[in-house]
Amino acid sequence: MRAVCWMGKKDVSVENVPDPTIINPRDAIVKITSTAICGSDLHLYDGYIPSMEKGDILGHEFMGEVVEVGPGNKRLKVGDRVLVPFTIVCGGCYFCQKGLWSLCDNSNPKAAMAEKLYGYSGAGLFGYSHLYGGYAGGQAEYARVPYADAGAFKIEGDIPDEKVLFLTDIFPTGYMAAENCSIEGGDTVAVFGCGPVGQFAIRSAYLLGAERVIAVDNVPERLRMAEEGGAEVIDENEVDDVLDELDMRTGGMGPDSCIDAVGMEAHGDGLDFLYDKAKQAMRLESDRPTVLRMAIQACRKGGTVSLPGVYGGFVDKMPMGTAFAKGLTMKMGQTHVPRYLPELYDLVQNGKIDPSFVITHRLPLDEAPNGYDMFVKKEDGCIKIVLKP
Amino acid sequence: MADPVEVNESFTVLKSPEELFAFWRRLENLPSFMKHIDSVENIDDRRSHWRVRAPGGSHVEWDAEIVEEETGRLIAWRSLPGSEIANGGSVRFRPATGNRGTVVEVTLFYEPPGGRAGAGLAKIFGEEPHIQVREDLRRFKQLNETGEIPTIEGQPSGRGPDREKVGGRKKRSAEPAHAAGSRRREVTP
Repeated sequence: MRAVCWMGKKDVSVENVPDPTIINPRDAIVKITSTAICGSDLHLYDGYIPSMEKGDILGHEFMGEVVEVGPGNKRLKVGDRVLVPFTIVCGGCYFCQKGLWSLCDNSNPKAAMAEKLYGYSGAGLFGYSHLYGGYAGGQAEYARVPYADAGAFKIEGDIPDEKVLFLTDIFPTGYMAAENCSIEGGDTVAVFGCGPVGQFAIRSAYLLGAERVIAVDNVPERLRMAEEGGAEVIDENEVDDVLDELDMRTGGMGPDSCIDAVGMEAHGDGLDFLYDKAKQAMRLESDRPTVLRMAIQACRKGGTVSLPGVYGGFVDKMPMGTAFAKGLTMKMGQTHVPRYLPELYDLVQNGKIDPSFVITHRLPLDEAPNGYDMFVKKEDGCIKIVLKP
Repeated sequence: MADPVEVNESFTVLKSPEELFAFWRRLENLPSFMKHIDSVENIDDRRSHWRVRAPGGSHVEWDAEIVEEETGRLIAWRSLPGSEIANGGSVRFRPATGNRGTVVEVTLFYEPPGGRAGAGLAKIFGEEPHIQVREDLRRFKQLNETGEIPTIEGQPSGRGPDREKVGGRKKRSAEPAHAAGSRRREVTP
C-alpha cells in the first residue's frame, strides 16, 4: 500500500510499504477513505518531537471501512464504517474506565521509554513517535487499529466523510480545550492561535455557553475564519501589545479563561521569543512557550489556562509567580477522544455544526509531501488539508 | 559466592485479587508474560519444572516448589536444593483503595552461583533486573486487563527492504502511484 512516511526533519515521502495485518486478537484493519494532516504533525515534521524513526508512517486523523477483524474483536464486522480516534485505548484499565482515555495504561508498547521521560506513560497514539508507542499512522491506504473494539466508533448512514473526519482529533481537542475552561454564562474566552484546533475551540466555547470569544493570531485567513465562527479577533500585526489589547477589551479584568492552541512552536517578537528560539536551537530547551506565558499573563484572577497545544519536553522562564499570584487553574493533556465522540457526533448529525468549514485543501495522498510543505509555510491560505488515499 | 540479588516491583491491576491469583497460580500461564521463561510444567500440586532461555540458544532448567500459598492473597516459591541456580520469589495480591483493583507485589531473588549458569542468568536479567521484572509485570497487567499484550512488531513501515518511494515533495512519480497495487484493493467490496 502507499503510506506517508517520516524520513527525517522536513522530509516526508509517499512510499510503497507492505499492507498492515492483524497482529493482536482485538485488532481490525481499516481501509482509509479520508485522512488529514494535523497541526501537531508539523511538530514531527519540524523535528521537535523526539523518538521519531526514519520510515515511520504518519497520520492520526483518519476514518474508513473495516476490511478485516481479529478473532478477539466481537464488536466490529467487515464493512463497518468507522471513525478512528487518534488516542489508542484498551478500554479495560483504570484510566479508560474513568473516561481519561488518552491516559490509557496499556496501549503504549513502549511505555518504559515514556516512563523514563515523563514518570508514567499515556496512551499510544497513531503515527506520533515511539515515545507514544511507535504505531503506524493513518496517512496511508490501510491502517491496523489496535483494540478496535474499544476505540473505533461506528457510524451509520451516508453522512459525508468531511463532516465527521475531524471527530477523530481536532474537534474533540478544541472541545476539550473549551470544556477545560469550566465556562460559565457571561464568560469571555481568549483563544491564542486560530489554526484548526483554535477554530474548534472558538466554536466549542460558544456551544458551552461563553458570551464572548476573543481570538488572537496573525494570519489573515485564520482570523477571517475565526470571525466567521463568531469570535472577535485581535491581529497581532495590528496591535502594539496583545496583552494591553486584551485588557482593554475585557474592561481591565482579563479573559475568564485562556486557551493556548499553539503549543511548543510558538512564534513571537519579544526578547523571550528570541531567548527560546536560541535555546531550542541549541537543544537546551525543547519547547517554546511564548503563547503559554502570554496566556498566563493575560488571564483574569482565578481564571483557567487551558492547553490543547502540544508540549513535548521542557520550557524555561515559566511565570509561575504570575500563575500563583492570580490563583490560576491550568488544564492540559492529550484529548480523551472517546469521551466526546458520541455527543459531538450527535451535534454534527443534528446540523448544529459542520466541521468541514475548516478544510481549505483536498489533495490525493501522493501529494502529502507538498501538503506538509504548504501547511508549515501557511501558503495558499492553507488551514486544513484532507488527503484522499 | 556473590550476594543474592533481590528485585521488588509492584503494579496495580484492575481485576480482583481472586482472578489475578487464579491466573498466576496456573503456573503454565507464566511464560505468557515472563519474557525469558520458555515453559513451566507442573510435576504435582506443589512442584513444577521451569525452563528458561539463556543467551546463545541454551537453556537453564530447574525444579521449584510452592512454599507458601494463601488463596487470593499470596504465592511464594523457591527452587529445590540441587538446582543450578538457587532462586525464588513471591507474589502478593492486595485489594487496592478506591475500586482500583489489586496491588500486585512481586519479589524475586536469585543467588548468582558463579560459573556458566551464573553468567547466563546475569545476562538473562541484564544489568537492570528490576526493569525486566517490571516489564514482565506490566505484561501480566496488560494480559489481565485487555486480553493481549500491545505490540508494533510486524506492522508496516517505510524501513523495510520492500518499500519503494512513490512520491516526494515537488516531484511526482512518473508512474501512477497505485501501479504497485495493494492486495486488499482487489478484494474489498
